[in-house]
Amino acid sequence: MNIQTKPPLTAGEQALSTHFDAVKQSLPGGDAALSQRSALFGALLSRGLPTRRVESWHYTDFRSLLRDVPQGAGLSQRAVEPLIAGATVLASGAQDGVVPAGVNVVDFQTRLSDGSLTLAARGDDDAVGHLNAAFAETGFAITIADGSKVETPIELQAVQDGGQAHLRHEVHVGANAGVTLVERHLNSGDAPALVSAVTNLKLEREANVTWVIVQGQGHADSHLGQINVSLGEDARLTLCIINAGGKLIRQEVHVVTAGEGADFKLRGVNLLGGDSHTDVTMTLGHDVPNTTSTEIIRNVVFDRARGVFQGQIRVAPQAQKTDARMASNTLLLSDDGEFSTKPELEIFADDVQCAHGATVADIAPVHLFYLMSRGIPEAVARRLLVQAFINEVVEDLDDETLTDALHGVIETWLEKHV
Amino acid sequence: MLEIRNLHARIADTETEIIRGLNLTVKAGEVAAIMGPNGSGKSTLSYILAGREDYEVTEGDILFNGESILEMDVAERAASGIFLAFQYPVEIPGVATMQFLKVALNEQRKARGEDELSTPDFLRLVKSASADLQIDTAMLKRPVNVGFSGGEKKRAEILQMALLQPKLCVLDETDSGLDIDALKIVADGVNALRSPDRAMVVITHYQRLLEHIVPDTVHVLYKGQVVKSGGKDIALELEENGYADIIGAAA
Repeated sequence: MNIQTKPPLTAGEQALSTHFDAVKQSLPGGDAALSQRSALFGALLSRGLPTRRVESWHYTDFRSLLRDVPQGAGLSQRAVEPLIAGATVLASGAQDGVVPAGVNVVDFQTRLSDGSLTLAARGDDDAVGHLNAAFAETGFAITIADGSKVETPIELQAVQDGGQAHLRHEVHVGANAGVTLVERHLNSGDAPALVSAVTNLKLEREANVTWVIVQGQGHADSHLGQINVSLGEDARLTLCIINAGGKLIRQEVHVVTAGEGADFKLRGVNLLGGDSHTDVTMTLGHDVPNTTSTEIIRNVVFDRARGVFQGQIRVAPQAQKTDARMASNTLLLSDDGEFSTKPELEIFADDVQCAHGATVADIAPVHLFYLMSRGIPEAVARRLLVQAFINEVVEDLDDETLTDALHGVIETWLEKHV
Repeated sequence: MLEIRNLHARIADTETEIIRGLNLTVKAGEVAAIMGPNGSGKSTLSYILAGREDYEVTEGDILFNGESILEMDVAERAASGIFLAFQYPVEIPGVATMQFLKVALNEQRKARGEDELSTPDFLRLVKSASADLQIDTAMLKRPVNVGFSGGEKKRAEILQMALLQPKLCVLDETDSGLDIDALKIVADGVNALRSPDRAMVVITHYQRLLEHIVPDTVHVLYKGQVVKSGGKDIALELEENGYADIIGAAA
């Protein structure tokens, strides 16, 4: 390797730039949006893609990891069967099922064109937000009316055919409303894809939401996800993230408790194999008194896979009586695999409960011996034990249909890897 | 059915030899009791029969129905009909007992080229076997052995044995930790499985279990060898005089 001055753009950055020039005129939102896009993309490039010198990307040197940037449009214009039978599917160019009562759905493109939406990032250092806003082409603005208990789950589906896809969703859940949303990412074939998906989710007073992200990208895909959440008074959100695919994954979760009595649950399953790199990064701000949160992340590492969980919990000076608990547990099944966990607690209030813990283990030989002594072949026994390690997280969801569906996702992945 | 020939085995990690030239033959239909003082190698023998990797056989052979099992892994031995009832059944959090039983039963059937059991057939089977052992089916909804009392664990072992219908049952200190009522239930469960085409190796410290599971032969293990074999009278002799006489005679 040559030691020389860093070129102004990496191959990945150059490819992004080429793609931006090729598609910017055809992106939705007209001139107003285009000037926002150009400013955001320019800012991203002049800063450069994040390296490990940026604290929040410390374990994911995105600038050097993003090598393959496919060109061309990537979203399939059709829908596949939903994860939960009977769910309403919303996909780019396709809809399956009736939008349930109390739910209003508008295309992202429409909202952008009528000026009721602006393209913006979280801040200067928000690379995912900049990239997504610059390229955002599709998505949905969903409003759940006050008091609506929506029984039918809604699936936001993104099926890639290879190429690029950038989705942006705005979801507003009214007071005392309830809904289950599944955000599902799939690749239909082997062609590499670059996907970004940003969701802004707002829960009003006493809203109750289960949001499930099922990331099942192809083995050559890069995926950048971000969900930004604001929780109103007594609002409850359970966010379940299943990473079961992809080559380079960054999933960000940014949550703020804005109203007293709010509760946030994060349940994560990272199934990591091959040469993949998967990073789940959370920032959680307990900004008002009397709010609660629990985060449980279970990681299973095979092959040469690398995984990251960064969990930052900030408790503001006024946020007394905060109760926050975080755990990251890893089953490391390969000598070449790696998992990094970084808890970060910034506590400025004095009457709070905050706890975090991290464990790393292998399958216990005595468990394996016991199962095999009943005639269960080693591979099947290992699978059972890996499932046992993960099950608790999924079964916590309190919704049998959903739990069964997620068991299916996990089982399918494990069958290919154990 | 089981023929152990001049078996030498050691702990793989430390190379400590535990079994030192053990010979034992158990015929179909026979219930053979293995007795011996602490540290004589009784539990090690049970683990070696099951195929636990912590032990390595350095000499000799183990034949099951005339074929060596040394090259078979733990699951293959089980599927061929060898069952070990553990002295300390293992707790496995997260694995539901019912799922475990179903997978075990069906994997064994698959290995033998039989069709898998349907769920209703499986449930029927478990229900009737549980009733025989006075097992509350609520217990089976819990993870494998998690939160089971000592007695429940032993009954669960016998339930698995009853469901899997092995040809060779190895019971390792099945009486330990059981009160007399539980011991009777477990013994009845074992006795119900006695049959002309099934052999049992019952490993125990005490004569007490052998009052309930009456053996055909008794073998005394000492320092990794069978030092005395005979009928059930040996057990009574041991109960009265301890191991000292037999060990003294063998030394």
